Amino acid sequence: MGKTLSEKVWDEHVVRSAQGEPDLLFIDLHLIHEVTSPQAFDGLRLAGRKVRRPDLTLATEDHNVPTLDWDKPIADPVSKTQVDTLRRNADEFGVRLHPLGDIEQGIVHVVGPQLGLTQPGMTIVCGDSHTSTHGAFGAIAFGIGTSEVEHVLATQTLMQAKPKTMAVTINGSLPEGVTAKDMVLTLITHTGTGGGQGYIVEYRGQAIEELSMEGRMTVCNMSIEWGAKAGLIAPDQTTFDYIEGKPEAPTGADWDAAVAHWKTLVTDEDAQFDKEIVLDASTMTPFVTWGTNPGQGVPLGGNVPDPESFEEEQDRVGAENALKYMGLEAGTPMREVHVDTVFVGSCTNGRIEDLRLAAEIIKGHKVAEGTRLLVVPGSVRVRMQAETEGLHEVFIEAGAEWRGAGCSMCLGMNPDQLTPGERSASTSNRNFEGRQGKGGRTHLVSIPVAAATAVRGTLSSPADLTELTTV
Amino acid sequence: MDKFTTHTGVAVPLKRSNVDTDQIIPAVYLKRVTRTGFEDGLFAAWRNDPEFVLNRPEYAEASVLVAGPDFGTGSSREHAVWALQNYGFKAVISSRFADIFRGNSGKAGLLAAQVDEKVVQKIWDHLDEHPGATVTVDLESRTVRAGEGPDAIEDSFDIDDYTRYRLLNGLDDIGITLTNEADITTYEAQRPSWKPATL
Repeated sequence: MGKTLSEKVWDEHVVRSAQGEPDLLFIDLHLIHEVTSPQAFDGLRLAGRKVRRPDLTLATEDHNVPTLDWDKPIADPVSKTQVDTLRRNADEFGVRLHPLGDIEQGIVHVVGPQLGLTQPGMTIVCGDSHTSTHGAFGAIAFGIGTSEVEHVLATQTLMQAKPKTMAVTINGSLPEGVTAKDMVLTLITHTGTGGGQGYIVEYRGQAIEELSMEGRMTVCNMSIEWGAKAGLIAPDQTTFDYIEGKPEAPTGADWDAAVAHWKTLVTDEDAQFDKEIVLDASTMTPFVTWGTNPGQGVPLGGNVPDPESFEEEQDRVGAENALKYMGLEAGTPMREVHVDTVFVGSCTNGRIEDLRLAAEIIKGHKVAEGTRLLVVPGSVRVRMQAETEGLHEVFIEAGAEWRGAGCSMCLGMNPDQLTPGERSASTSNRNFEGRQGKGGRTHLVSIPVAAATAVRGTLSSPADLTELTTV
Repeated sequence: MDKFTTHTGVAVPLKRSNVDTDQIIPAVYLKRVTRTGFEDGLFAAWRNDPEFVLNRPEYAEASVLVAGPDFGTGSSREHAVWALQNYGFKAVISSRFADIFRGNSGKAGLLAAQVDEKVVQKIWDHLDEHPGATVTVDLESRTVRAGEGPDAIEDSFDIDDYTRYRLLNGLDDIGITLTNEADITTYEAQRPSWKPATL
């Protein structure tokens, strides 16, 4: 019997396999940031251990950094200590670091691919659950905890039980204006937050093949939001074209050897998945969340659901809690929900295509009164590219805030936070209670919905802007 | 890591599903560079509510958490496990754990005992009748026990064999892996030269 893509990549990385024990997997790339690494480096120091492969390790500062005044010392002393600790650890252990102010600084999952370090067939880990992003290149990539960060630093390996395999096949083509984000939000509402638990998922089908690399990253990024161990997509010409010429991409004979190998990284015809889900992209529409987990979503054209409409008691109770927290009434059309803050950015939607699309929609409009729009590039490179193309002028002209690179409002850890009761439309990945700041209320949305919502002040799609212009 | 064989302690019912790691410890509490002191952040938003179950005096000494399904979803922050441990929890019982949370628990020495959903309900019912009652989580026999007499609860829980073995013996993962260092060196020698490097 043939193998699935993930089985091929997995098997290529098994250092040691023994009955009754998890496999020992070699890790090709270990990404590090300031929040989940200090205790791991401390552990190494206490045990007198070194970083085994600093040449397969890369650190950047992203979670904790401000997106304003990034050229000045970090104002919050506790945040500053954490960032300073990373700098000291990187220096002491010989790890390459792109600190705040460096031209390669940015969100760890934006930086890896743009440097060309993320390549097909690799194993990639990071102390961050959105490491699944890198699966877009046909890599097995997943988030780990700090104990595992220490394990990888010390041994360049991880002990992992082999997950089951699942195929998510998305047939057809996405309609105009419907994006990878809508696709993955639709999927998560279909599966629930635990639907992928225990599986490595391969996304495939026409709609996946038609996505750009950045769209594929958006889909794989949110694999963790439905509980999957990892999500990946078979590499193809789109993948190779994206990688070629990147700073750390192979060149010359190495490039040819690499591509020859990457072309073998497809699921064999006769391979069997443990589970399969099939969806039709052509029926998908702009999709938004109403609740407090990413599986609580509905088409933008729909209404806030009635908790009584859920069959399972735990879903009913979950919906009741969510509506109370979100300050929403069952039956309210989603389009009538007023939004205070629109956040464009994050490892889900903070890349250059995202900013281009947002600028295209917002051009010629103003941000609605009573609403603010925060545009946060995923990396310094993305910011520079956007400025070269004049996108920042479009945003500033519309009344948006144009910020420095980082995780920003995706998580309430740096100065960019919602205040209690403040409502956001966010292109990030999590709508958990308090995720964007204590008491903050989050609606997860795509880039087009975010841009249109900023203009209208209520959850909207670009189609609503056309009406606005013609009225 | 300390050995874990069996634990009996006051059990607290957390009757919520999808308790994500942002609820267990919000991001703003993640700035420490130590493994201790995270108890202040545990369920920080919910603990503001005086009615929240952990604020009730009968659960002041709680060390076993009995939660709804999909516990520990979301962020990979091991701080969620540390916060539970720093607060005094030794074990969490749920019908479904998120993978990363389960893995982090095993590494840090918090027992994540997965039971059937009906068992969670039985324990919740028992705790409703007897607030402040204890629950035993026995890793050697893989059972959870509560109550006495005809209404006593005794059911098995799931945990993978390897994590159980490590917890029972208090073994350090890195130490185990380094006994196989020769295998790692052999593997490294045959990696293709075109694989990327950061230095």
